[in-house]
Amino acid sequence: MIERHFDEELRELHKEILRMGVLAQEAIFKSIEALKNRDKAQAQEVISSDGKIDELELVIDERCIDLIARHQPMAGDLRFITTGMKVNAELERIADLAVDICQRVLALVDKPLLKPLIDIPKLSTIAQSMVRDAIDAFVNKDVDLAKKVVLADSEADKLRNLVQDELINDYMAKDAKTADRAVPLLLIARHLERICDHTTNIAEDVIYMVEAKVVKHHPEQL
Amino acid sequence: MAKIEVNKLNLWYGDFHALINVSASFIEKKITAIIGPSGCGKSTLLRAFNRMNDLIEGVRTEGEIIIDTENILANGTDLVSLRKKVGMVFQRPNPFPLSIFENVIFGERVHGENLKRDNLERIAEESLRAVLLWDDLKDKLQKPALGLSLEQKQRLCIARLIAVKSDIVLMDEPCSTLDPQATARIEELMRELKDKYTIIIVTHNMQQAARVSDDTGFMLLGELVEFGRTDDVFTRPKDKRTEDYITGRYG
Repeated sequence: MIERHFDEELRELHKEILRMGVLAQEAIFKSIEALKNRDKAQAQEVISSDGKIDELELVIDERCIDLIARHQPMAGDLRFITTGMKVNAELERIADLAVDICQRVLALVDKPLLKPLIDIPKLSTIAQSMVRDAIDAFVNKDVDLAKKVVLADSEADKLRNLVQDELINDYMAKDAKTADRAVPLLLIARHLERICDHTTNIAEDVIYMVEAKVVKHHPEQL
Repeated sequence: MAKIEVNKLNLWYGDFHALINVSASFIEKKITAIIGPSGCGKSTLLRAFNRMNDLIEGVRTEGEIIIDTENILANGTDLVSLRKKVGMVFQRPNPFPLSIFENVIFGERVHGENLKRDNLERIAEESLRAVLLWDDLKDKLQKPALGLSLEQKQRLCIARLIAVKSDIVLMDEPCSTLDPQATARIEELMRELKDKYTIIIVTHNMQQAARVSDDTGFMLLGELVEFGRTDDVFTRPKDKRTEDYITGRYG
């Protein structure tokens, strides 16, 4: 087997995507901590760090385009690079959603808590473990783990619906004045659920990368 | 519909087993690329389609190559009409040391029945138009073909096949001596021609195979390892050997 210079460049790309994954994971973790601890400084830190993730997204995109232009990759190499581009975009969106959560946290932090947080922390745990597993699946080319991520998404949808029903029916419908505290919570649940959706996309892309099988929009292929 | 059906084709050069149980369907009016490392048998397979290998001493074949319902490996095959029907373009263009006009109508002069000037002129014009040379050469038809550029010579050789109404065009590394622009123009010509002709191209240039062909076959050590739609072969090859070759890992 010939060791190609191209392999070294692919390893560099792999490292950068992994770094992007770590940054996105950190952003989610800190945004959830900021919510749980009502920590304004933590929320602001996530918001101000987002620029670094945006810059890395551009660096990775450029590297992928450069690799395609210079090497005209085929087969597994091509699938790795195109998947890398998609994963990169999904991770950037995930980090943006962490920023969105922090903005909601800033809207809530000076107001009394509407209710004890039960389902949102559960949802955040699912989101964090899905992101971690999706990145691990990408790094280790682990199709079984990627499938597990895809299947976990329905649990996140259920929890988001629970949070939504509770906040609308038990609070806002009964007392409209709770809206200024309920709506940010509603949006946080929505942001967490969207993080799970982006993570599902990453997992589906990993399956394509490894097995050349398209499961996106074809759950029966799982 | 299959234009060429290859069934369990085996070919030996003396003791050397050059093609091993090759089976494949080459679809009519499509471009099929055959790729593989040097010495894998791809040119041998190509030359089997018009029995050019017969010219090599000690060649022995088994199996079938069905072209339009006829097994061309059968005894009694009319090789002259086979080679009219299945024309070949080589790595280096090989025009005859004649005028451009005489090159194009050479086949007609040898095989044709109507050798009247107006018929030959019509054939020359149609053939040169088909390869997009007419506008450039219509006023230079009596000039020597050897004075043309490499790309024009290659087009002229293709025009020569069109003139004798070949319906299968075999191309053995047709662009390997051309610069990138000339290569791009020959590839465009191939796309133009595939509406009327079945084209099989042997190439070392993987990007070329990926760009121009509808189907691709990968050969290794005399075997046809993988054969399928080009987009499948280049994005999701089934065989690891194909993957290793097209990603440059084969060594």
